[in-house]
Amino acid sequence: MAEVVELREAVAGLVSDGDSVALEGFTHLIPTAAAHEIIRQGKKDLVLIRMTPDLIYDQMIGMGCARKLIFSWGGNPGVGSLHRFRDAVENGWPRPLEIEEHSHAGMANRYVAGASNLPFAVLRGYVGTDLPKVTSTIAPITCPFTGEELMAVPALNPDVAIIHAQQADQRGNVAIWGITGIQKEAVLAARRAIVTVEEVVDHFEPRPFQIVLPSVAVDAVAVVPHGAHPSYADGYYDRDNAYYEAWDPISRDRERFTGWMEQHVLSVEDFADHTRSIQGEGAM
Amino acid sequence: MTDTAAPEYTTDEMMTVAAARELKDGAVCFVGIGLPSEATNLARATHAPNCVLIYESGTVGAKPDVLPLSIGDGVLAEYADSVVSVPEIFNYWLQAGRVDVGFLGAAQMDRYGNINTTVIGPYESPKVRLPGAGGAPEIAASAKEVAVILRQKPRSFVEEIAFVTSVGHRYGGDSRKELGYGGVGPTIVISDLGVLRPDPETKGLTMTALHPGATVEEAKEATGWELKVAEELETTDPPTEKELDILRELKARTEASRKKA
Repeated sequence: MAEVVELREAVAGLVSDGDSVALEGFTHLIPTAAAHEIIRQGKKDLVLIRMTPDLIYDQMIGMGCARKLIFSWGGNPGVGSLHRFRDAVENGWPRPLEIEEHSHAGMANRYVAGASNLPFAVLRGYVGTDLPKVTSTIAPITCPFTGEELMAVPALNPDVAIIHAQQADQRGNVAIWGITGIQKEAVLAARRAIVTVEEVVDHFEPRPFQIVLPSVAVDAVAVVPHGAHPSYADGYYDRDNAYYEAWDPISRDRERFTGWMEQHVLSVEDFADHTRSIQGEGAM
Repeated sequence: MTDTAAPEYTTDEMMTVAAARELKDGAVCFVGIGLPSEATNLARATHAPNCVLIYESGTVGAKPDVLPLSIGDGVLAEYADSVVSVPEIFNYWLQAGRVDVGFLGAAQMDRYGNINTTVIGPYESPKVRLPGAGGAPEIAASAKEVAVILRQKPRSFVEEIAFVTSVGHRYGGDSRKELGYGGVGPTIVISDLGVLRPDPETKGLTMTALHPGATVEEAKEATGWELKVAEELETTDPPTEKELDILRELKARTEASRKKA
């Protein structure tokens, strides 16, 4: 059963150095507050997992939290490159970053296998591409019934999955609506799960395309209003597109990046303080 | 050549309009972000109101009133027929053969329509690390047909791509068929200079149409391989006033909404 706790406590208790950690979100509901807490607590040697690593992965990589990244698309959506990710891959700064790359379909099926307690998943894909040459976790497999050749990818079972959702109830059930991406699979595939939410409510209203993650699938719920900013939370706030654009020049330069992180992430108390910090400075 | 009464337009607008015209009304289309999204939404606003746009974030029948900046923008879910999970969109829709056409962009493409979005230079020590595969490899594999939209430049239309992220016609001829994919691969490439289609035998991309004002010499210079040109080279109809108006309104609305956000 999920306990409602402070985010600081959840990250300190459930994320350890060296863990494999999946902070998932597909443009929508990206768990920014939790990523900042991981950076502030100086977690290191993490294996970061994410279909679409974006700004928060750029920040964790640039701050040296990660030794490896498992992913399928890494960019600043609609803007361009992730400069800290590129600097790590191209120049090994601030430390070398091992990469294991897949396609979206491969990653999605790896989470499904993980959530299903299967060792691997099969799919039609990868054949004829260069991905199997560079990624050892892609291998051919023959169907025992038809003899057809398919591709297999191993299950993903992160030590910790972290997502942001709109609401939790008092018992720790979690409601997510709008684009729900891969969040359910990531949580059910993981050994431990942390969910940050906009608010705790007495009971959930019916919403289009809503899913509810039962409390038994979650270890900790932390209330962090605006905790997905600069991404959006359907029903709460819109995507802050200007922030994504502003990130490009900040992240392009090592010194400017480090200064920004020092001022707006390391030196603040929590996510509310971070929001005040970037607003006060006009930093975005 | 446009006459003086015809509306003025840019080569990018011509490319988007030409790509939009390729989407059939009622088709189920898996849409990449950027130029593909612009073209397919123009199609939906002009001749193809019943096309079903699918984005990899899980939106089926998306009807965005502004162009999404990212593949999972709220505007895609807001008016969608359905929103499903990511495994469902790739397994039940794409892999199951429910997608008629995939519209893709690229960083690099070779003469057989193979696409690179992974790295420029060696994989282990890349000159440029690109975002990676995303949904493209399986779109290229399993959509019944693929349309590629890409500006024609020596650095994008290359002799040899640095990394095969998504398979087109592989080595040409029947070599794609050996892979066992459900889709036939790229049937058209729309550039800012014209239109290329695979040769029925060799599957090598052949310039079959030029946009008004573009020349064969220009197309050859912009292509990193020895470009084949069809004997009967067509000229694309220039954008109509209606197509241009709708495209420009769409882009202006998009711009305004981004400034507001």
